[in-house]
Amino acid sequence: MAGIVVIAEALNGTLNEVSLELLSKGRELATSLGQPLIAVLAGEGLDALAPPLQSADRVVLLDDPALGKFTPDAHEQAIAAVIAPMEPRLVMIGNTTAGMDLAAGLAARLHWPLAAYCTGVRMEASDLIGVAQLYGGKLFAEVELGSQSVIISVIPGSFPAVAPGGTGVIERAAVPAGKSRTRFKELIALEAADVDIKKAQALVSVGRGIGGPENLDIVQDLARAIGAEVAASRPVVDSGWLPKARQVGKSGLTVKPKLYFAVGISGAPEHLQGMKDAEFIVAVNTDAAAPIFEVAHLGIVADALEFVPALTERVRAGA
Amino acid sequence: MNLLVPLKLVPDLVEELTLNEAGTDLDRDALIYKLNEFDDQALEEALVLKETTGATVTAIALDAPEIDQVLFTALAKGADRAVKVTGDFEPGIDNHTAAQVLAGAVRGQQVDLVLCGVQAPDDLDGQLGVLLAGALGWPHVSVVSGIEPDSAAGVVRCHQEYAGGSMALLETELPAVLGVQAARQPPRYAAVSTIRKVMKEKQLEEVAATPGEVVASKLQVRRLFKPESRAHARMLEGDVTRQVEDLVAALNERGVLKVGV
Amino acid sequence: MSEIEKERIKEKESVVVEGITLTGQWNRMFEQRVIWEYDPTNLDKVTSIAGAESLGWCYQCGKCTGVCPVDHVASYSPRKIFSKVRGGVDLFSDPDLWLCTTCGNCLRVCPKEVDMLKIMPAVREQVVAAGNAPPELQQAFENTFRYGNPLGEPPRKRADWAKDAGVTVPVMAQVKRPVDILFYVECYWSYHPRGKQAAQAMARTLNRLGLDFAILGAEEKCACDAQRAAGEKGLFELFTEQNIATLGKYEYATLMTPDPHAFNAFKNEYPKYGATLPVVHYTQLLAPLVEKLPFTRELKYKVTFHDPCYLGRQNGEYESPRHLLQAIPGLTFTEMLRCKANGYCCGGGGGGMWLGSFAASHEKERLSERRVKEAVETGADVLAVCCPFEVSLFEDAVKTTGNAGKLMVRDIVELLDEACTPAKEEGAIA
Repeated sequence: MAGIVVIAEALNGTLNEVSLELLSKGRELATSLGQPLIAVLAGEGLDALAPPLQSADRVVLLDDPALGKFTPDAHEQAIAAVIAPMEPRLVMIGNTTAGMDLAAGLAARLHWPLAAYCTGVRMEASDLIGVAQLYGGKLFAEVELGSQSVIISVIPGSFPAVAPGGTGVIERAAVPAGKSRTRFKELIALEAADVDIKKAQALVSVGRGIGGPENLDIVQDLARAIGAEVAASRPVVDSGWLPKARQVGKSGLTVKPKLYFAVGISGAPEHLQGMKDAEFIVAVNTDAAAPIFEVAHLGIVADALEFVPALTERVRAGA
Repeated sequence: MNLLVPLKLVPDLVEELTLNEAGTDLDRDALIYKLNEFDDQALEEALVLKETTGATVTAIALDAPEIDQVLFTALAKGADRAVKVTGDFEPGIDNHTAAQVLAGAVRGQQVDLVLCGVQAPDDLDGQLGVLLAGALGWPHVSVVSGIEPDSAAGVVRCHQEYAGGSMALLETELPAVLGVQAARQPPRYAAVSTIRKVMKEKQLEEVAATPGEVVASKLQVRRLFKPESRAHARMLEGDVTRQVEDLVAALNERGVLKVGV
Repeated sequence: MSEIEKERIKEKESVVVEGITLTGQWNRMFEQRVIWEYDPTNLDKVTSIAGAESLGWCYQCGKCTGVCPVDHVASYSPRKIFSKVRGGVDLFSDPDLWLCTTCGNCLRVCPKEVDMLKIMPAVREQVVAAGNAPPELQQAFENTFRYGNPLGEPPRKRADWAKDAGVTVPVMAQVKRPVDILFYVECYWSYHPRGKQAAQAMARTLNRLGLDFAILGAEEKCACDAQRAAGEKGLFELFTEQNIATLGKYEYATLMTPDPHAFNAFKNEYPKYGATLPVVHYTQLLAPLVEKLPFTRELKYKVTFHDPCYLGRQNGEYESPRHLLQAIPGLTFTEMLRCKANGYCCGGGGGGMWLGSFAASHEKERLSERRVKEAVETGADVLAVCCPFEVSLFEDAVKTTGNAGKLMVRDIVELLDEACTPAKEEGAIA
């Protein structure tokens, strides 16, 4: 049993940054174990996507029309078939949408254990130790991953990315003929939005803490006053208060504005993932223990419905 | 079309989380539990499908303290049946074990489609829905919304949401397991009088867990710990007027107050 | 029937005129009027509900419109609601259903006894059951159901306020003996930052009077009277059963609460569920004892007082709060124009406490803002209150009406406590 396997991801013809993050951590573990680092990429027409992964010792391509679009069933079958005989020490998968299906799906198919939501993994003597995020980021678990082949899913942004490229060997593996019970029908792009929040210099982002859609006015007023766009957390979009195009976080957009104003957002890990690299973060929340204050630069414990109008008024009065 | 919605209780984060003496788990005696938020989304989506397509909805859960109330609430919201799987389950049972127990119960039911919450705050060993699909040998899709079953064609269509806001329309053969990200409307409210009426008038169905080979997660939690406070935000004190002044000063100092203007 | 005092209408049950007995009821028309000009469907939908019949008795005299606090900030009153519903508006889906604070001033003046205190909860109950209540209100219901308080605060921390009281606050489960006074703290005094300060002042005041008291601590749950008025009758009944069981475990001579809503529930609703409780509002407990308080300094405040609807109008207690205020050395007391039976409403009752955003989008001003302006008009520098809902509502209103620095909001017990605090310890109340 040997090798560190990184399952790379390229959903729509571009390589996901998390693949390079996994390769950097994978290289560190492979070196300390004295074992090879293997990148596995499934898809169609992968020639151009393989070279960035060549920091791995081997880049195994599962290149097949049947894998051109992601479906959990087809990708799991193909990947399971190629990694099972490798009997790797560790399989690393990004905790993306596809990664959620793949990690638990492969764990179930191969009967390998899985530690999900990892933000760290290391060797201690000959033991492999994972650090996983639990309870909305309020606790972490240090987990002994055992001595068998094991899978971890890793939260994007946990490790620095390795520089693309290298001298690893690119090889093509046979894709076993199989029938996928799930079929890809079409890709639905984000609805043409009136605004691209990724391009905004400043965002006022609103969470469930503002109570109801009737309170969006005060947030929009502030946004107008400081020249920001309005963004939102997932619950706000799921409740239909604001369109999906304004959603920040794991299932929305990743933003890096100069100013990010989090109003009534407690800061679930999925949200933080989408905004933690903003240059300056201000958070307003009634709960002094809200995780958003862990990533914010300035924190204000206050009722947003009181604070935001007061700030807007102050800005309008001239600041 | 028979829809099955597994419901799971998770620790309510409203109370401060305290650890057991060994530091390897939560102090479960001190916890209060609530329904996993995503399971509530799955239930809502199932109930909407019941209203729009005439599907039947069965809520199912492993026995746990306070689970009766969760199942009765599901009935009060409109689920047709509520099934409690009885057995000697440890608090904080891992998802591998839960998935196997549920799979055993599912095999005894007529189920076309399982709607799970996409994730839970405590699924250390993987998401329940995908593991359940694995135990049943059924296809699965995670992070879905907009579920459209087509029982005539024996398929279900759904949107799988990707980061960045795009999504794929996927079609999956039934039976299948979907991990629901969000229902098409916020979960409905069940009035307490309705829940109490249901408790008097209806009964939970009980099925015993089928004994089988238990393949637990094989993970050994060495310790739980609170995240070290990274560079915590500088907190602005005082009343709102003071906070506003201090914030405006700080933003001006960095030159970002009107960076977007 | 509520205990609203009919001050203006004096009516005898019967009189004998020239040997002929006339009943006083003859002109009250206590039955449904025959309506033929309109389609009565939507009115029937309301009046067919048990408790909501009296909406049909309205003969549109308009007395209620003059006293309805909501009519000052929106077009609203029982008469207007009757008129709208008769005209075809479906009250079940109309925002008007949620604006009534069940303050009860309309019933005080209504010649026909159209009783919004019964109509509103009854109609709301059906809308709540159908899942159509405003989301922010449903959130308060869910919080109450799950955590025992509408704020959604951790149940385990219900008695945390007591740690900073400066005196020992015994908990019933630990004292294991009968006590004289069971102090039912209720939710906003248990969790709201300003409420906690009042609870602490209360503990110190009880201590100064040498009274034997204890609290229920984490066993205490919301009395749910405002949730009942907001239409969650099932929640109210469930908690009533649980609270009666909890109270039944202990022996105490007096049940004392600072919350007029809890007071109303314990006094008028719990007997319907088999519990007759020796309940008093805290002002009633302290009023006969206030002379025994060891006042240490004069409070040179000019104070006006806001009557809580559920203490005054609904339960007839106007004097105890005033007696307490007037006993404070150095304090000058002044009344607002609308006071006692005609007191204005703070907006927090009947679910209004949890409908702030909803009300704001249907009213041009908050009731609390209007009331604060009235308090400022008296020239007072302190607005005294004795209902836990009021402090936060009025303090917000002081800020939003631009009166910060001009008017302070204080619970009466905070003023009593301040007057008993040696001057050098000043600063205990910011």
